[in-house]
Amino acid sequence: MTLAQSLWREGIKTGAIGGISVLAISLVGMVESFNKRDIIADFLSMGIAFIMVFGIILPYIAAKRTTRPEKHIIFLNALTAGLVTAVFPALLVILGNIINLRSMFVNASPVLYNLLTSGVEGVGGILILLLAGILCGAFAGLLFFLPGLIRSVIIVCLTSILAVGIVQDLIRPLFSSWGIMEVVSEWLFTQNGLTIAGTIFIPIFVGAIYMFWQLKGEGIKTRYNTLESGTQKSVKMSSFFVLAIFLIFLPHILGLFLSEVLTIVGLYILLGLGLNIVVGYAGLLDLGYVAFYAIGAYIAAILTSPAIGAFTLTFWQALPFAVMGGIFAGILLGIPVLKMRGDYLAIATLGFGEIIRILVLSDFLKPWLGGAQGIAKIPNPAIFGWQLSTPQEIYYLILLGCILVVFISVRLRDSRLGRAWMAMREDEDVAQAMGINLVSTKLLAFATGAGFSALSGAIMVSKIGSVYPHSFNVFISINIVCLIIVGGIGSIPGVIVGAAALVGLPELLREFADYRMLVYGAVLVGMMLLRPEGLWPEARHKMELHGEENGSDETQTATAA
Amino acid sequence: MFQKWKDRIDVTDIVMWLIGLTLLSLVLWGSISTLRAGLYTGRHWVDFLIFGLAQGSIYALIATGYTMVYGVLKMINFAHGEVFMSGPFTAYFVAIALWQSDFLDNYPIIGLMIIFLSSMAVSTTIAYFLEKIAYRPLRGAPRLIPLITAIGASFFLQYLFLGLYGSGIQAYPDMEILTGFWMVAGVRILRIQVVVIIASVLLMVALYSFIMLTRVGKAIRAVSEDKEAAALMGISVDGMISTTFVIGGMAAGAAGVLYALMYKQVYFFMGFIPGLKAFTAAVLGGIGNIPGAMLGGLFLGLIESVGPSLFLDGLGIVAPYQLKDAIAFTMLVMVLIFRPTGIMGERLSAKKA
Amino acid sequence: MSILTTQGMTKRFGGLVAVNTLDLVVEENSIHSVIGPNGAGKTTLFNCITGFYKPEDGGVDFDDRSIVGLTPDRIVHRGISRTYQNIRLFPNLTAMENILVGIHCHLKSGFFGIVLKLPGTIKEEKEAAVEARRLLKFINMDGKGDLLAKNFPYGEQRRLEIARALASRPKLLLLDEPTAGMNPSETQSMMDFIEHLRDELGITIVLIEHQMRVVMGISDIITVLDYGKKIAEGLPDEIKKDPIVIEAYLGSGSAAEIH
Repeated sequence: MTLAQSLWREGIKTGAIGGISVLAISLVGMVESFNKRDIIADFLSMGIAFIMVFGIILPYIAAKRTTRPEKHIIFLNALTAGLVTAVFPALLVILGNIINLRSMFVNASPVLYNLLTSGVEGVGGILILLLAGILCGAFAGLLFFLPGLIRSVIIVCLTSILAVGIVQDLIRPLFSSWGIMEVVSEWLFTQNGLTIAGTIFIPIFVGAIYMFWQLKGEGIKTRYNTLESGTQKSVKMSSFFVLAIFLIFLPHILGLFLSEVLTIVGLYILLGLGLNIVVGYAGLLDLGYVAFYAIGAYIAAILTSPAIGAFTLTFWQALPFAVMGGIFAGILLGIPVLKMRGDYLAIATLGFGEIIRILVLSDFLKPWLGGAQGIAKIPNPAIFGWQLSTPQEIYYLILLGCILVVFISVRLRDSRLGRAWMAMREDEDVAQAMGINLVSTKLLAFATGAGFSALSGAIMVSKIGSVYPHSFNVFISINIVCLIIVGGIGSIPGVIVGAAALVGLPELLREFADYRMLVYGAVLVGMMLLRPEGLWPEARHKMELHGEENGSDETQTATAA
Repeated sequence: MFQKWKDRIDVTDIVMWLIGLTLLSLVLWGSISTLRAGLYTGRHWVDFLIFGLAQGSIYALIATGYTMVYGVLKMINFAHGEVFMSGPFTAYFVAIALWQSDFLDNYPIIGLMIIFLSSMAVSTTIAYFLEKIAYRPLRGAPRLIPLITAIGASFFLQYLFLGLYGSGIQAYPDMEILTGFWMVAGVRILRIQVVVIIASVLLMVALYSFIMLTRVGKAIRAVSEDKEAAALMGISVDGMISTTFVIGGMAAGAAGVLYALMYKQVYFFMGFIPGLKAFTAAVLGGIGNIPGAMLGGLFLGLIESVGPSLFLDGLGIVAPYQLKDAIAFTMLVMVLIFRPTGIMGERLSAKKA
Repeated sequence: MSILTTQGMTKRFGGLVAVNTLDLVVEENSIHSVIGPNGAGKTTLFNCITGFYKPEDGGVDFDDRSIVGLTPDRIVHRGISRTYQNIRLFPNLTAMENILVGIHCHLKSGFFGIVLKLPGTIKEEKEAAVEARRLLKFINMDGKGDLLAKNFPYGEQRRLEIARALASRPKLLLLDEPTAGMNPSETQSMMDFIEHLRDELGITIVLIEHQMRVVMGISDIITVLDYGKKIAEGLPDEIKKDPIVIEAYLGSGSAAEIH
């Protein structure tokens, strides 16, 4: 390896990764379709912003990875990375002008080329693209040399513009429902993108909060910790109270669409908390968990729907049967896999999940389960004669379910059963040698998880009003496993965060619908590589010194909900 | 006395054997009543058999990739189905280009070779970078982490190819040498199925000889047995793991073209179900065991093709073919319960991963 | 009076006989050491007594009742507890939780008791926590209960493992090389600790040990195994001089590894 190569290696290597990434997002059509939306009105489109993110992050990484101490070499490496990142799309444009790539890559259109070269034809456009790459690289290089606090404030400010720009369609309707806030909304947003005022105000606002927390946050935390336990408790209680009021009014603040998203997230929280007991606590990797969701849903559907007609119970009468059915199925499917470990367990449960789905789908069981057409006309649930039909109303039912399940989860976690599950997760043989009955402990985990899942299924069908076998494919199971792990395995708040991130966000960013699975996959891989412990890892329960406090877990329940 | 008895008898074992016996007797009863009713003639059975073998040999090729990766990394490479998809989906464009330039009609064998090679090249590249980018940094991580990564990579690749090539279902151009049928002893045998079987068998023989006879193959086997010891013997563990992915990718790329030729379709989601099936096959054969995976694949293909008619028709089940996947998965679960080391049970798989 | 006896216990792995028609009698309130070269079948013996392996032949009686064929968790309930040669704590649980898992077999509260926090459950949990703190103090680790087990130094992990075993209130404690990897002063305090267990808590102890200083120092009786067979048994002084034992230790070069 020559000296020159070793000097610029990081820049070229990292730049190539960036270039390939830019090429990929261009060719899958993300750049073009995002370009219809502006982050900053008439100035910066989402597509271009997206490319710039790559153009800045990768040179920054290149600078960070450069091992040579000389500052100019670090800076030039960042510059090189920016340039190399731009070279790839530049080559695409050149190649695309010579031959028609469109017969293979459906998104390699002139519109894309036009975008990449800022609308300038010929060599000029290519040069602009390369220059933009160098500028991004230079920016990243400068960023690298700034002192830590200033750098992170700049990053937070830029991210806030990007984030607000992306979710502006959700923020605007929120504001407009509040009367006076509409004026603020008009000041900050246009119909498409932030106004100049918004572009200046939002990052300043967010940056100021961030800086305040960075400078004063530690002080506040220590002040809180030095408060006497009585005051701490009342602070906790009052925050619990505020949270409760917030949760009660949430659907009315959010409006119809967001409430719908909220109910979907809620159902996944129920599912996630159930699987968290099986996977997170007991360490039994269950990939067929969707089966219990389906069982709960179908039992509720059969018992309530006049379309089947054998029974026409109300939701509340059917619910215990659905949950009991789920628990029973959990035990039944648990018995065969009692002696399996690790991957084998995962495969066997995956097999079970698929078998159940295929059976439900088949013509063979169609007279009872409706086959591919499913079961329709399932009545909505009612509370004291109040028919819950809109998402804003169903929300309360789901909230109730979530609180119940969080409560049970916390209680179980801090009990002998929770400890037995975790011991089993850590080392099954030793757990048994410490007196834990593996059969009953495992079955109890399966049964509890299945019960939660069936509860979720029953609520789901009564919300939607119909049930189809296609809603119960293996991706649901995988999605739930992923949300647990992304949230932080074994952690109750982690499940909630994970459900919001993996289920809520994709629902919110509907424009991204075509790319949500792509991003989802990339995020999963990235999470596992960079932060495998999850977004909100499980905190171990402090027991030796705080063991006597009985009130502690109620407040935990509250903060977790 | 009762207490003593209760403590010592394993109730779950009894329950499992009862379930196993029930299933077995159902299968037997179904088969006997199907055969007695005479719903199918001998010609039907031969059709089922050959189709099953062709389908099974594709499963077998994909399954080798799963099983080898499990051997060296003790992880389920969930994204292997996408490795299988990426090759033929890309090679489709090569095939179309060759077809449009009449090359495919004039030199069909060379044309097919080019298609195969390009598919294998793409699948191999994807497999190589998959390992390098997504799995290599995770060596020694808890078991769940690589599995989730693999699932994420699987989604990513699926939707990357959806974005790149579009969502339409494409069909390889028709080739004269692969269409039509041969008559053997009064039985019609589709040419394509014979080609698939022969090609797969050749590839499997090549792959098995490579693993058993070459130095690299020996090194891979050493890494499967014990990574640390292999490293101490001067084997580059990372290198061998990469090689394993490369070989698995090549097999998957070839299997992908065979699949595309036989089922006449390529699309972004084509890897999922065959991937799951191949994985089942790998488990049937005893995961980590290469000949086991091959036999497991053939066996699964056969059962799927013959099973619904043979076992279920006689039980009076309507539309039994819908349940062919259920048969496959039931078999998977039964094998895991009663013979977790697979039909070819090998020591390797008994080791705790 | 004997607390544990095995009669003709035999355990095979394929063609290898790891424990061969072994008769062992452990007297109540004694410290009984089992020694022998590597692969003599000592750990296999422990695994057979605790139910992890089922011996092919022979019986194991504990407290005059047979325990052969019971699952390990049932055997713990009968009053046998153990530690492992290579420490096997629950690494991601705290020290307190590790000990509480040991207490598990004395806790009764069921699913609904736990969810509804019935008075019985609260009382039981409180008592268990008190007991666990007491045990932490007993092993000189009070104040460290909320740290994860994997973060402790080696010696503390050993002690914590013993505390976890003690938590099930065993009558018989099986210790598998408790002083492995310890320096002389750590070893001495472990020896004192083991004697203390017997003297203060009245627990019978069976010990697998390689350090002869430990074995000779604290054992009441020593059994010597070689190739799964008992080749000698007696008081420390007798064993020291036994020519068969010396032969087994010096003459056995390539004993098969079984652990």
